[in-house]
Amino acid sequence: MSGHSHWPEWIYIGVVVALLVWVGAEAWNLERLVEHVPEDAKVIKVTGQQWFWTFEHEDGTKEVGELHVKKGVPYKFEVTSTDVIHSFNIHDYVVLMDAVPGRINIVWFVPFDEGEFPIQCREYCGLIHYNMRGTLYVEDDA
Amino acid sequence: MVLELQKPRPIWYIMFSTHHTDIGLLYMILSLSALFMGGALALAIRLELFFPGAQIIADSMTFNRMFTVHGTTLIFLFILPFASGIGNYLVPIMIRYKDMAYPKLNAIAFWMIPPAFALVWLGFADFTWNAYAPYSVISAPGPAADMWIFGLKILGVSSILGAINFVVTILKCKHPDLPLSKAPLLAWSFLTSSLIILVAMPTFAAALLMLLTDRLGVSRFFDPAVGGDPIAYQHLFWFTFHPEVYVLVIPAIGFLYEIIPRFSRKPIFSHSSGVFAFVLLAIVSFASWAHHMYATGMSFTEKTVFMIGTLAAVPASAMHVFNFLATMWGGRIKFATPMMWAIGGIALFFSAGAGGVVNSAMPLDFISHDSYWVVGHFHLFVMGTIAFGSFGFLYYIFPYITGRMYSEKWGIAHFVLSFVGAVMVFFTQHVLGLYGMPRRVFDYPPIPEWIAMNQFITIGAMLLGIGAAIFLVNIIYSSAKGKPANMDDPWGLGGKYYYPYEAKNPHHSH
Repeated sequence: MSGHSHWPEWIYIGVVVALLVWVGAEAWNLERLVEHVPEDAKVIKVTGQQWFWTFEHEDGTKEVGELHVKKGVPYKFEVTSTDVIHSFNIHDYVVLMDAVPGRINIVWFVPFDEGEFPIQCREYCGLIHYNMRGTLYVEDDA
Repeated sequence: MVLELQKPRPIWYIMFSTHHTDIGLLYMILSLSALFMGGALALAIRLELFFPGAQIIADSMTFNRMFTVHGTTLIFLFILPFASGIGNYLVPIMIRYKDMAYPKLNAIAFWMIPPAFALVWLGFADFTWNAYAPYSVISAPGPAADMWIFGLKILGVSSILGAINFVVTILKCKHPDLPLSKAPLLAWSFLTSSLIILVAMPTFAAALLMLLTDRLGVSRFFDPAVGGDPIAYQHLFWFTFHPEVYVLVIPAIGFLYEIIPRFSRKPIFSHSSGVFAFVLLAIVSFASWAHHMYATGMSFTEKTVFMIGTLAAVPASAMHVFNFLATMWGGRIKFATPMMWAIGGIALFFSAGAGGVVNSAMPLDFISHDSYWVVGHFHLFVMGTIAFGSFGFLYYIFPYITGRMYSEKWGIAHFVLSFVGAVMVFFTQHVLGLYGMPRRVFDYPPIPEWIAMNQFITIGAMLLGIGAAIFLVNIIYSSAKGKPANMDDPWGLGGKYYYPYEAKNPHHSH
């Protein structure tokens, strides 16, 4: 350490660390809330395979490439895969979860807007990865 | 000093040499070839994405192979060998030894790379540079995947041999009058990055063997049907390759530590804080690997641990940035080409780091993960920071290698085009990711915002391409026909360039 003073560096490091602590604490708190699945959520089994999505509702009805849900109802997705790793993504609702063979991963959401939303695969899975797409239809029950 | 074009030697004198400057030259020629080959793939990828639908690339499999080889080439065959090249030139000089500690091992480490280069390019695998199981085991086609695995295996061994050589050279061969704490920060950067390689790399070596035996059908490490786990591969992969990110970036920071004081005409603000930040980075680099895997179904606790580990790397990086700026503060800065690259590199390093904090925050990662945000984010590191530092250092060391000056005007043109291009490409990719475009896609639905942003990105990529073409012509022309450099002080900065302890290549004595 040569003759010059180091206090600006300590202040700067202090500010950086304070910012990081703030980001970390906010992220921790929000993620804790986001991961809490509501008790009354309806279960939808999501299966990824090269190169399409299959959805199975609680009543046993199956859909391929399309998913129909009701507005305002919480849904819990149980995501898995039968071949390679995919990633189940409804970007408009920040639903993102890897579909891993041999595992069931949980993610949930409540659709709050009617309409059609794209479903896509976000993990590279081969030839048709770019077109492993589907559509989410949110319908109003009333 | 290597003045190959002024005192020509037959090419095999250089190829069969074990002298550190000759091997440094070989490393740099190989790495720059890889830069142009990998960069050409990037331009093809960007042209393909200019419009939705198929443009210039016939099918998605070709596209997938191209981005796989693009990533593999630029990480393993450009960035790492380029750093090794500079290290070979300067580390022995900086620690005042006649050569690397093990000259023959040094030559072996280099000559392992061309066969690996050939395996990667002749195979042209498609499973991305991550080679995630089980895709890489059950789905990736043919000999290409196996050739990639063998190629990477060879590169891993080469990297470990090179790292051993740097560690031994710096710790055991430095001049007794030079305390380790006073060794130049560039030498420190090679010491810390080599130590990271020695700890991190064997894990990936194991993962590659497991992949290979899985592919051969003699093991089922990653097959869930018999109790294997595909996520285990990701842990093994990222345990090597998150620290590897620091292996890539630490020498680039070392380059900046060499350029910035020289062109600010001031000593480094704090040598000891630079050393401290390097060592701290090397340690915390091992605490964050699974932040690449938040979306694989990790528990809340695991995610929290890796978020904290990731955030812990930020203060050390911030110390480097502070050190650069405090060195420049009040200096008489000469904005020559190397300094322009260094300043651009610091700006983009800061942006990349800020984006990294966003990624590490768990809820936000579920927006950015595997989208174009991530592509923009890590390219700000590998291109905006590491390649910028490398270009700057190449211009800086150019007179030392060739005895001639590059064209300053075209060097600045290269910088301006690259900086504008990098901002256009990588900042826009962040926004495109927020709009939900996944990475690694051959085609995309015709959403107007996606099309507009992709076209803007492609135009930026073309600016980068034009800059690279200018760079190529500049270095080839200037190394043969450039003005002879004033070897004591090529930029008129005052003070002596480079070091008083010059490399003495025995081939140049006659």
